[in-house]
Amino acid sequence: MRNAFAQELTQLALENSKTVLLSGDIGNRLFDDFKSQNPERFFNCGVAEANMVTMAAGMAMNGLVPVLYTIASFMIYRPFEQIRIDIAYHKLPVLIVGVGGGLSYASNGPTHHTLEDIAVMRSLPGMQVVCPGDAWEVRAALRDFLSNPQPTYLRLGKKGEALVHQEVPSDFSIGKALKVREGYAGALLAVGNMVPMALEMAEVLAQEGIDLAVYSFHTVKPLDDAVLRHCFSNYAWTFTLEEHSCIGGFSSAIAEWLVDRPFLPGKLKRLAFADRFIAETGGQSYARELSGFTLPSLSLIVQETFASTHVYA
Amino acid sequence: MSTNRLLEEFTAQVRAKVVSLSHDARTPHLGSSLSCVDIIVALYDSILNVDPKNPEDPNRDRFILSKGHAVTTLYAVLAQKGFFKPELLKEFNQPGSPLPEHPSFWCVPGVEASTGSLGHGLSLGVGLALSARVQKQSFKTYVLLSDGECNEGSVWEAALLAPAHKLSNLCLIVDFNKWQATGRSQEVTALEPLEEKFASFGWGTQRIDGHDFSQILPALQACGQDSEKPLAIIADTIKGKGISFMEDDNNWHYRIPSEGELLEAYKELAV
Repeated sequence: MRNAFAQELTQLALENSKTVLLSGDIGNRLFDDFKSQNPERFFNCGVAEANMVTMAAGMAMNGLVPVLYTIASFMIYRPFEQIRIDIAYHKLPVLIVGVGGGLSYASNGPTHHTLEDIAVMRSLPGMQVVCPGDAWEVRAALRDFLSNPQPTYLRLGKKGEALVHQEVPSDFSIGKALKVREGYAGALLAVGNMVPMALEMAEVLAQEGIDLAVYSFHTVKPLDDAVLRHCFSNYAWTFTLEEHSCIGGFSSAIAEWLVDRPFLPGKLKRLAFADRFIAETGGQSYARELSGFTLPSLSLIVQETFASTHVYA
Repeated sequence: MSTNRLLEEFTAQVRAKVVSLSHDARTPHLGSSLSCVDIIVALYDSILNVDPKNPEDPNRDRFILSKGHAVTTLYAVLAQKGFFKPELLKEFNQPGSPLPEHPSFWCVPGVEASTGSLGHGLSLGVGLALSARVQKQSFKTYVLLSDGECNEGSVWEAALLAPAHKLSNLCLIVDFNKWQATGRSQEVTALEPLEEKFASFGWGTQRIDGHDFSQILPALQACGQDSEKPLAIIADTIKGKGISFMEDDNNWHYRIPSEGELLEAYKELAV
């Protein structure tokens, strides 16, 4: 995702003279093309995230459209007050990009894990929270942001994620979920880097007779009301899948949405990470495995959920 | 630009308004507002290229009141300069008023940023100064900090970055009144030698009497003269300046003046 981000931003900056890129001393070589094309619009802000965020706000106050880039855990947690006051309260057109969201940097330990970012970011008034499902959606999200810049958090994975699309999805729009698989038995709403896993789950489950529609729910805020109404009206079960804590993230957002609409018949089952630091040493797949986030485990939960209510397709 | 004598009359009126606002709205931070009156009056009277009739002019100079708790001084000066009607001051901090207890980006013309949480203004100033360079604009940015505010780490992040970019269009003023909310600032953190700290970071520096216009004005006018450096002005000030029974008494960080104290202040200010 990060390479697609850098390439797309470099391309878009040619057409958007107000776009400036601020990096928290990461992305070595990643932004070489951006820098060579726009040396006066790239700023390495050093390892000083609080200052970087507020600097961006100052730039946006004078008409620029800053894009902030550093590791997601450092991008959100340390300068959260700066994000809240200087970007969100001022309603400034700043794109806050966190690379390595979720467990992308699992082997670096909990200092680098980002399993609570969606929770805090979606709580900010007016803040859009966007978690693209693959590199193509990253490009689409960047384009959509620049067409209507406003306070936005873009949660990226790292690199090498499986592709969901074959090209930039033409119907991508921030706030509108994308259906990436047809199905009639239920819906699986996946966020960000869990979308490829969701598609694999759907294939496994289809062989068990559970044919799920899969959505890339790339925008956690604002939620796609129409898709949610469709799912909870037409399916007995809707599942959420995210590389994020079970507290406050996408699944919590859906749960909040659903309890406010008690007239809808559908039920929700959440697939999210437990409320704990994953301190064990290991990479992303190991950290997922420890947390029960494997294809067989997750698929089994879905099967058991259907079995518990005898609502097989 | 006014003569220094006219400036002193202006400051007396502002001080009287600041004391009455605190009394009427029962808001604290009076001592903090009084220590920076002369600096803010100097800026708006003689330094800033701003036009109350065109407050959104992209080429206007920017002033960021980073010590947002001193907002009554800013409101009093903005009202006097015609950014909004002085009658509006009567609504300060009342329910639904456009004049809140800390400045808001959204409140009245002339207020450039929402402040009140300390440690944000200098970074905003760095961003504004850099954005001016990117867009080839010639305006200058002035940021007023308190000494207690210099406890915040973000101030020093910005202080390190600004000289690296040779932001000669940026001027920082520290209202060094020697107090913070609950103690002597020098006892809370080792601020001194403050001028030398900024100098060692690569700033041009001046240390002045922050109540003496013959020192304030030349210092502010020096912004941009060194094309290689941002400018840090360390202004020695007195908390509660101008009202004898408030001067250097930190109880006035939170105390609200009584009716009698308000009248006494008016008498001292001869307004």
